[in-house]
Amino acid sequence: MAQHNQQQPIGNTDFEVRSQNAVCVNKSELDAPLSSNMKYAVIGILFGIVFVKAEIVSWFRIQEMFRLESFHMYGVIGSAIVVGMISVFIIKKFKIKTLAGETISFTDKTFNKGQIYGGLMFGLGWAITGACPGPLYAQIGTGATAVIVTLLSAIAGTWVYGRFREKLPH
Amino acid sequence: MLEFITKPWPWYVAGPLIGLTVPALLLIGNKSFGISSSLRHMCAACIPAKIPFFQYDWKKEVWNLFFVFGVLVGGIIAAQLLANPEPIVIHPDLAADMAKYNITDTSHIVPSDLFSWPALATPRGIIMMVVGGFMVGFGTRYAGGCTSGHAIMGISTLQWPSLVATCCFMIGGFIMTHLILPYILAL
Repeated sequence: MAQHNQQQPIGNTDFEVRSQNAVCVNKSELDAPLSSNMKYAVIGILFGIVFVKAEIVSWFRIQEMFRLESFHMYGVIGSAIVVGMISVFIIKKFKIKTLAGETISFTDKTFNKGQIYGGLMFGLGWAITGACPGPLYAQIGTGATAVIVTLLSAIAGTWVYGRFREKLPH
Repeated sequence: MLEFITKPWPWYVAGPLIGLTVPALLLIGNKSFGISSSLRHMCAACIPAKIPFFQYDWKKEVWNLFFVFGVLVGGIIAAQLLANPEPIVIHPDLAADMAKYNITDTSHIVPSDLFSWPALATPRGIIMMVVGGFMVGFGTRYAGGCTSGHAIMGISTLQWPSLVATCCFMIGGFIMTHLILPYILAL
């Protein structure tokens, strides 16, 4: 475990982005044509349909969740975690490889204060917009075009975080 | 069958399907489920501005942008082809409270009284769309993930920092809904 002092830059806090870590660069993807990414678009489409059909993207459902007026969102997130957990357990247990034969890798997340400060900030924003980043895209798809403003603002927020990252407590 | 598809899907159908996204992405290409990083890739692709946080090869993460584009298309398909003909039913207490703030159109996914182009000209609309969106973008990246990356992928892989982050998401949401949002809605 690397000890961070004030001279050193802040280490990686973003475990969704692998390409910044040379060890994790996915070789098979390097030479793959852009079209090979279409399979992710297909998963995204299915995912987006579930989002809308289960009304997870509804501002009102998020309000009901935070007002404890409905079990719906707790059921969705809870059962998604249970299914995800069982799947990961099976993949690890039987050392299942990807369709292309690659070993599936998992990165451990390390704790930093950003998970608290950033988490609280996202929670505040979540209750306002009624959407985490995924539902923003789906809401736009359903025809709520004004949500494009929310999405652009979220991109701006990400940019400002990146700009002032070194000055923030982590 | 078609009737089942057009009706709102219950949580015990939707939740497991969303959970299956985790193994689907892992098996297809060894990808970790996470949506908020798409915002970072867009910054890295369009406005990196020599900021170290955006200096990485976003092209290697382009799958994530395909995925979120798919989510948008999924939204179009669900709304155009599989739409529920009946208006969304919300909790009567929520409807009564919203009526106090002149939010009467509860039939849509997003309340048009708050999120629409005309609403962008109101202080309330600006806070809801611009400030809210900013907090989502800033907060998720500060936290290193959102509901998908932390709550679902993180907890699925037993990462305790993700559990901390998820608890903070919920605490932030409760604080906003109960202590701050009533003042914003009253604007």
